[in-house]
Amino acid sequence: MTDATQTRHVPDRLNSRAARIFKSWEALLLAVAIAIFVINSFASPYFLSAWNLSDATFNFTEKAMIAFAMALLIISGEIDLSVASIIALASTAMGLALQYGAGTPELVIIGLTVGVLCGAFNGFFVTVLGLPSIVVTIGTMSLFRGISFIILGDDAFRGYPSSFSWFGQGYIYWVFTVEMLLFVIIAIIYGVLLHKTNFGRAVYAIGNNPTGALFSGIRVQRVKFVLFLLTGLMSGIAAICLTSRLGSTRPSIATGMELEVVTMVVLGGVNILGGSGTIPGVVIAAFVMGLVTFGLGLLNVPGIVMSIFIGLLLIGVIALPRLWAMASARRKS
Amino acid sequence: MSTRTASPISPDVSPMVSMDMITKTFPGVKALDEVKLDLYPGQVTALVGENGAGKSTTVKILTGIYQPNGGTIRIDGDPISFASPNDAAKAGITAIHQETVLFDELSVAENIYIGHAPRTRFGLIDTAQMHRSAAKLLADIGAPFSSHTQLRDLGIANKHLVAIARALSVDARVVIMDEPTAALSHKEIEELYELVEALKSQGKAILFISHKFDEIFRIADRYTVFRDGAFVGDGRIDDISEGDLVTMMVGRSVDQIFPQSDHDIGDEVLKVVGYEHPTEFADINFSLNKGEILGFYGLVGAGRSEFMQALFGITKPSKGVCRVNGDIKVIRSPADAVSNGIVYVPEDRGKQGAVIGLPIFQNITLPSLSKTSRRGFLKLAEEFKLAREYSQRLDLRAASLDQDVGNLSGGNQQKVVIAKWLATQPQVIILDEPTKGIDIGSKAAVHEFMSELAAQGLSVIMVSSEIPEIIGMSDRVIVMRDGRIATELTKDELSPETLVRHAAGITPDGAAA
Repeated sequence: MTDATQTRHVPDRLNSRAARIFKSWEALLLAVAIAIFVINSFASPYFLSAWNLSDATFNFTEKAMIAFAMALLIISGEIDLSVASIIALASTAMGLALQYGAGTPELVIIGLTVGVLCGAFNGFFVTVLGLPSIVVTIGTMSLFRGISFIILGDDAFRGYPSSFSWFGQGYIYWVFTVEMLLFVIIAIIYGVLLHKTNFGRAVYAIGNNPTGALFSGIRVQRVKFVLFLLTGLMSGIAAICLTSRLGSTRPSIATGMELEVVTMVVLGGVNILGGSGTIPGVVIAAFVMGLVTFGLGLLNVPGIVMSIFIGLLLIGVIALPRLWAMASARRKS
Repeated sequence: MSTRTASPISPDVSPMVSMDMITKTFPGVKALDEVKLDLYPGQVTALVGENGAGKSTTVKILTGIYQPNGGTIRIDGDPISFASPNDAAKAGITAIHQETVLFDELSVAENIYIGHAPRTRFGLIDTAQMHRSAAKLLADIGAPFSSHTQLRDLGIANKHLVAIARALSVDARVVIMDEPTAALSHKEIEELYELVEALKSQGKAILFISHKFDEIFRIADRYTVFRDGAFVGDGRIDDISEGDLVTMMVGRSVDQIFPQSDHDIGDEVLKVVGYEHPTEFADINFSLNKGEILGFYGLVGAGRSEFMQALFGITKPSKGVCRVNGDIKVIRSPADAVSNGIVYVPEDRGKQGAVIGLPIFQNITLPSLSKTSRRGFLKLAEEFKLAREYSQRLDLRAASLDQDVGNLSGGNQQKVVIAKWLATQPQVIILDEPTKGIDIGSKAAVHEFMSELAAQGLSVIMVSSEIPEIIGMSDRVIVMRDGRIATELTKDELSPETLVRHAAGITPDGAAA
C-alpha cells in the first residue's frame, strides 16, 4: 500500500509491448495461417508454386479492399451490407458508359464516383435520418442491384478496352499483380488511418460509447458519414478490379460478396458489436481465407463444401479463445 | 412519520448471515482482504465506506455474482457457497441495486415475476395469478399504480417501488439495498423508510448501503465500516458518533467545512440571453464572470440539466443567444462548445462521461487530440504526457494509464472525466451533480478542487441538489423551477429556507405561489 500522503504515481502501461502482441488475436490468427500454409504444401504438390500462389491472391484481394473500410465501419458500430450491390451498380455504370465510347480514365472515374455516391446515399439515411444501418443497407442491397438488373436484364456489357484490363489482369513485376499492389497500399493506408490518426481514435471511441464520444466533443455523425463514403469508395475500386478481371459486367456480379467481406472482418478479430479490432488482423484473415479456398480448390473440393469449411473455420477460430478461457478457469478452481 | 425504534441486541441473537475472512482478488487488485460482515434478523446494518472500499464487491459476493477466493459465508450458522446468482436467490438473499435492471416494454407484474412467474398446469404463465400476487405485493408497499401498468410509463421513484416489489416477491429473508435513495425525492425517501421499518418488523435482515450520513443514523441499527477493501470495525449505531464514523471510514478526520473562497471575480465570460426550448425550459437569462462559481439549484425535473445540455450543444434550443467574451457564438454540437471553451461534466458518468472500453489515457486526451497530435497523426508520447500530468493533478488512483476506464470506481471515473476537460483548458466548466454518489472523502477533494479552479480564473457552473454544497460553494445561485429561473440569489441571501422556498414556489407566508 502506498502512503496516502505522497503523490501517487500511476504507471503508463503494465504489460510490455511483446506481451501484448503475443497474447493478441492477431498472433493466434497468424499461427492458423501458417498451419494452413504448411498443411496445404503437404496436401498438394502444386501449392508451392509462385504462379499458383499468385493466382490464389485473387481469391481475397478485391474482398479485402472492401474489408478494410468495412472493419472501420463495424468498429464504429455500423455495418454496410450493400457493398456487393454497389459493385454491381458501379460495374453496370461503367459498362453503360462504355457503350457511349468512354475510355479507361472515364471508366475509372465513373466506377469511383458511383461507389462514393452509393456510400453517401447509405450515409445520409444512417447519419442524417438516424436509421439503423443494417436495415438501410439491406434495403440498398436490393435497390442498387435492382437498378443493375433493370438496365442489363439478361444481357452483359463486354468489350472493355485492353488498357482497362490492366487493373484486374496486369502484373507489376514477375508474379506480383496490380491487385496485390493495391491491396498492400490500401492495407497500409487503412492501418495508418485506424491506428495512427485522430480519426481512427474517434472511430474506436464511437464504437465503445457513442454517447460518451458525443459528450467528449467528437462529431459522431460526421465520422460515420465519412466511413460510409470510404466503404462506397472501396466498393468502387473493387468494382473496377473485378470488372477488369472478368472483362464483362453482368447484374449478378459479386453476388454474396458482402457476407464474405463481413466474415473476413470478423475472422480478423473485429468485434461485430463495435469497439475493437485491428487492420493487421483483417490482413491475416484475408490470407487465411485466401489460402483455405485455394488449397481446397487444388484438391478439387467443390465450392459448396468450401463454404462449409469457411463457416466452420470462422466459428472455430472465434470459439477457440472462449473455450481456452473456460478450460483454464476450470483448471484453476 | 415513525421514529426509529432502537432494537436492543441481546447477546443471544446470532447473525442470520455471517461473512468471515472473505477475500476477493481481481487481476492486479485485491478488492476485499479478509473482511467480515454480520447481518442480524430484524435489523438494518449499514455498510459504510468510501468509493472503492469494496462495498459493491461484497454485495456481488452475497448475491452470487462473484465467488470469493477465500473465507466463509454462513447462513444460520451453516457454511454455504453460491455458485450462481440463482443459488443466492434460493437461499433467500435478494438485492435492490443502484441501477436495477427492469424492462421498459413489460408490465409491472411481468417485471416483478420475470424468471419466477407462477405457472398453469400446462407450464404456461398464469397471468391472472401473477397479477393477483403482484397487486398484493404492490398494496403491501403502498405503490400508487396497478400491476397492469407498462413500466415505461412510471417515473423513477415508482420504478424503484417495482424493484422493491420484485425483491420481495422471491420471499427474501435478506434484503440488500444499494443506495436506494439516490434518485428519490424527500417525500419518497420518507416512504422508503417506512417500508424498511415494515421489512424489519417482518424479521428480515437488511443490508443498507448509503453515502448519506443522516440516512444511516436515521435508519440503521448497526454499522460495518470497510476501507480500501479491508474491515475496519463494526458495532451498534447508538454507540458511535457521526464524526467517529467518518474518521473510521476515511482513516483521517475530514474537514467538513467547505474551502474558503478567496478567489477574485473578474469580467463577464459567458452571457446567456433568452434561451428557450419547446418543452424543457424557457426565458433563461444570466451571466457568468471569470473566476466565479455559479450554483444552479432546483428540484429534480426543474430543467437544469436540460438547459446545461442545450448550452453544451447536445440539444438545440429553439431560441436564444449565447455570448462568450462578448462575441455571439452559435453552439450546435458539443464540438462547437468545446472549441468555445465550454465543457460539461455530466451527471451520468458511465454513459455520457467516460468512454468505457477505452483506456484511461485515451479518455483523457479524447477532446485534446488536436493538441497531442501533428497534422491528424497521433503522438502517443505526447498523449501519455498530458494524461500523466492531469491524472497526477487529480490524484487519480489506477493500476496504469493503459487500464480500461470501466474498471475504475465511480469517484475515479469522475476524476478521469474532469481531467479530460481540464486538459482542454476551458473557460467555463459545467459540473452536473459533481459529488452525487461519491463518498465523503472524494467529495471534499472535489470541492477543494473546484475552488482551486475558480481561483485560477476558470468560471464554474455547478448544478447541485444538495443544499449544503450549494450554500458552501457558490458565489451566486440561480434557482430554477418548472424550466424557468425562479430567482437569483447572492451569497449573503443564501439560506436553506430561501432556496427550498424558491425551488418549490412557496411564498414567505407559506402559501403556494
